[in-house]
Amino acid sequence: MPKIIVDGNEIEVPADYTLMQACEAADVEIPRFCFHERLSVAGNCRMCLVELKGAPKPVASCSWLVRDCRPGPNGELPEVKTKSDVAKKARRGVMEFLLINHPLDCPICDQGGECDLQDQAMAFGVDGSRFHENKRAVEDKYIGPLVKTIMTRCIHCTRCVRFTTEIAGVSELGLIGRGEDAEITTYLEAALTSEMQGNVIDLCPVGALTARPYAFHARPWELVKTESVDVMDGVGCAIRVDTRGREVMRILPRLNEAVNEEWISDKTRFIWDGLRTQRLDRPYVKKDGRLTPASWQEAFAAIAAKVKGTDAKKIGAISGELASAEEIFALKSLMAGLGVANTDCRPAHSPLHPASGRASYLFNTSIAGIEDADAIMLIGTNPRKEAPVLNARIRKRFLRGGLEVGLVGAKADLTYPVTYCGAGPDSIQALIDDKSYDGKAERPMVIVGEGALNRPDGAAILSLAAKFAVARGAIREDWNGFNVLHSAAATVGGLDVGFVPGEGGLGTAGMVEAAGTGDLDVLFLMGADEIDMQALGNAFVVYMGSHGDAGAHRADVILPGAAYTEKSGLYVNTEGRVQLGLRAAFPPGEAREDWAILRALSGELGAKLPFDTLVALRAALVAAHPHFALVDEIAESDPKAVEALAGAGGSLDSAPFEPWIDDFYLTNPIARASKVMAECSALAHGLQAEAAE
Amino acid sequence: MLQDKDRIFTNIYGVHDWGLEGAKKRGQWSGTKDIIARGRDWIIDQVKASGLRGRGGAGFPTGLKWSFMPKESDGRPSYLVVNADESEPGTCKDREIMRHDPHHLVEGCLIAGFAMNAHTAFIYVRGEFIRERQNLQAAIDQAYDAGLLGKNNVHGWDFDIVVHHGAGAYICGEESALLESLEGKKGQPRLKPPFPAAVGLYGCPTTVNNVESIAAVPTILRRGADWFSSLGKPGNAGTKLFCISGHVERPCTVEEEMGIPLRELLEKHCGGVRGGWDNLLAVIPGGSSVPCVPANMCDDLGMDFDSLKAVKSGLGTAAVIVMDKSTDIIKAIARLSYFYKHESCGQCTPCREGTGWMWRVMERMVRGEAEKREIDMLIEVSTQIEGHTICALGDAAAWPVQGLVRHFRHVIEARIDEYTARATREGSVMEAAE
Repeated sequence: MPKIIVDGNEIEVPADYTLMQACEAADVEIPRFCFHERLSVAGNCRMCLVELKGAPKPVASCSWLVRDCRPGPNGELPEVKTKSDVAKKARRGVMEFLLINHPLDCPICDQGGECDLQDQAMAFGVDGSRFHENKRAVEDKYIGPLVKTIMTRCIHCTRCVRFTTEIAGVSELGLIGRGEDAEITTYLEAALTSEMQGNVIDLCPVGALTARPYAFHARPWELVKTESVDVMDGVGCAIRVDTRGREVMRILPRLNEAVNEEWISDKTRFIWDGLRTQRLDRPYVKKDGRLTPASWQEAFAAIAAKVKGTDAKKIGAISGELASAEEIFALKSLMAGLGVANTDCRPAHSPLHPASGRASYLFNTSIAGIEDADAIMLIGTNPRKEAPVLNARIRKRFLRGGLEVGLVGAKADLTYPVTYCGAGPDSIQALIDDKSYDGKAERPMVIVGEGALNRPDGAAILSLAAKFAVARGAIREDWNGFNVLHSAAATVGGLDVGFVPGEGGLGTAGMVEAAGTGDLDVLFLMGADEIDMQALGNAFVVYMGSHGDAGAHRADVILPGAAYTEKSGLYVNTEGRVQLGLRAAFPPGEAREDWAILRALSGELGAKLPFDTLVALRAALVAAHPHFALVDEIAESDPKAVEALAGAGGSLDSAPFEPWIDDFYLTNPIARASKVMAECSALAHGLQAEAAE
Repeated sequence: MLQDKDRIFTNIYGVHDWGLEGAKKRGQWSGTKDIIARGRDWIIDQVKASGLRGRGGAGFPTGLKWSFMPKESDGRPSYLVVNADESEPGTCKDREIMRHDPHHLVEGCLIAGFAMNAHTAFIYVRGEFIRERQNLQAAIDQAYDAGLLGKNNVHGWDFDIVVHHGAGAYICGEESALLESLEGKKGQPRLKPPFPAAVGLYGCPTTVNNVESIAAVPTILRRGADWFSSLGKPGNAGTKLFCISGHVERPCTVEEEMGIPLRELLEKHCGGVRGGWDNLLAVIPGGSSVPCVPANMCDDLGMDFDSLKAVKSGLGTAAVIVMDKSTDIIKAIARLSYFYKHESCGQCTPCREGTGWMWRVMERMVRGEAEKREIDMLIEVSTQIEGHTICALGDAAAWPVQGLVRHFRHVIEARIDEYTARATREGSVMEAAE
């Protein structure tokens, strides 16, 4: 490796390092605005200029490679100076230029306190201004309901342009005009259509792009930061929940290279206003056909009266998309105590089952593993809607070149080119039978979505997908290319816990049907809002949850629970990675954490659960399922499960795969309570209507 | 003074036929096959030996530039790109070549392309050049029809020339912005390194040359490197097209020997400075981006790269802008500052923000509505731009201002004094200070 001198210290770095990386290796900080390690190098802010001995002028350290450095006339090592007069003058000059047309509105700027320009002006700028001309003013642009623009503050670093073009895959932001009249805008000020657009707010080094829903709400230094995990989809993005008092003020991404790098979807980021509205803040009991406020005791008594007079065969429990593993475990324990076998954590007709082995329902390749793949077959899934961050990872892999993506299912724009291979199960069979395939791909992936699985012939399709994966050589000792993409945060945790129908028990679809025909009298819904409530007939429905959504409207007793930001819990993402969410705020009113509700209810039902604290519950969970102790890790699973699955077979329906999610913004009760999500949804549908005209 | 027999561009005024017939009569396209037969290395060595320096402004040795191109292809094609985006204010040499003597350029493309292992040349013509482009395209078509270009041509080197019409942005004359524009993107300069010879047009090895450099090559090779290097001065060899505009009796474009004294150039070809040599205030010797040279330094000023560098100016494109004593020199330079502010691409910070700042201060200085310490500030701002930008436009914007202050500081100060004196009587100084 070549050697280089940075500020007098000799270091050895790879030749393909930039000078900025070399300086970082030497513990020297280089200021920057346009440079971002996940985006292409623009080199346009000029803040990172350093003096390179022998070069006629300072060089941009973000783009100059160590290998481009020439040794001195007598073979001296290349020398970089970051504290010399030349480098300091360059930085001061750039800083002054950036500030001359930047408004002095820091006191009313939402970026205040976390602004790169402020920080670097303090560290590298000068104290006064010599600019006595009029400052430039730029008209604000409308680019959608999420990102607010104050374009006068823009310093033209083009990070937002590069993010939307490269990572999000929509070429909608751009720099128009030239010279000092250059402006960032969308074409004709149309709203951005990306579901990852919120990330430009984090990327913007100044206050030009800020969060519209958060505008003028809080200051960063007033907020309490809690590191947690997102539950909007099966990816389990690392997030930071910022709260003031008991209110969640905003949600930001946290770095997790294995899962979300540093991106989150707009649903994850802007869901927080839904945490305030439509909340269930006290128990309700239905009296004379109307839900009336009740005390916890009255609610429990109503449930106990009903349950005690009902045969265990006529009781069922379904857990929802946002439940933590502890809650599902507590619900399972309670149902076991009552002798109830009708339990399920899966959407209707889902064929996924823990008995088939853990590898049969996980995203085995892992999200980071996508970057090693060279061919991907998507079956009945639209990852852009079901897991936008995971989709961005596929796009990242695509941009590196040498990736082929195929799609069986509904056609969709996934931000990278796909080869369309058909609409339904027959097409997978055709692919397996295709003798002309030359087997070029060394590390192929098969990604099966819930759109393919959650239908009556789901088991046969799961088997067929596994068969396809085996046929393409995706199941090997060093590579497991069979992947199930879950769209809900709770499903894998529920499967891990084994919250599936017991001996002779009914699944989700069976319970709904039985309730409709009167074969099921009591149904516990723990945050399960995605089932057809109209079909439940006269069953006595106990709804436990945080929001007044479909389940609460149908319920006979409502037990108010906590949303994901209001409780600590373990979640297992689609890869099988156990992650810990922490409590950032408290549930409103009389609402309680769901496990505590179950614990209290269990006493009333005469099947007292053996844990009085969350710690004890977690200990019991880990004792029953040891892999829950490995937080942030993926417990190993045996790929033989996939081979066994491939042999299962079953009869197929030739109907095409339907999209699993039609409205990305309204997939769960919190999102449906959010005004911001409603606005995004309306906009997305409005755009589609226009395009169809 | 250059003798007629030593002229390369024999139809620069368009009095003869510019087409293939006329060009052949003037000796073009003769022996091209023999030149190519002598091989790539011979051509590059001859161009190196001739001492030809790039005619686009920077004066980089042409032969050396060609030698940076890969000798063996790694699978990527090589490209020759000719920069015909002649936008430097005051410059009007390439357009004369293209409209009156285009076959020099066409033949030069073939030879230069062969020397750098390129089968395709792109000529990027400035947006405003309509007639020039028509004649150039016609000349290329004639060459195709005569079998001089194209596949299986008489020279045995398959070669295509594509003329691309720009949209008239000054920045697209910067070589890497030109490549971006040619690729259909926004004309913004690229970061260097990598240089075009490694990663150029469409990511392939590319050499970008000025029209005049390429057009001179066939004649140099025909008449020999010794002939070319015998003209001019050591290190500044050959002949050059000078474009003289401004306050002379007869502005013109003329081919002359490098190093010709400015006074001789103006008096022999342009009828001298308007009102006589003593009426000269200053010249800008190389197009708008080089610093001006005041009259007292012009008496025995040689017009070549090194002599002009010695007076802290530059030959640039050899576009001599002559200003007599009737000129408001501050206003003249302020107009150039406006030009650079207007043509800055807006990509990098110092140029985007600095050119506007300089122009606004210059505008005030034209009126005298400034303070004397702002003159030093202006120089500091210009040095904060110079050398800190991605491309040389920042430098080009800074130099005229620096030249003005270096030589005419007293004029600016006098203007400020005059304004201040008048303003005091009218009481407006108090307002300005608020």
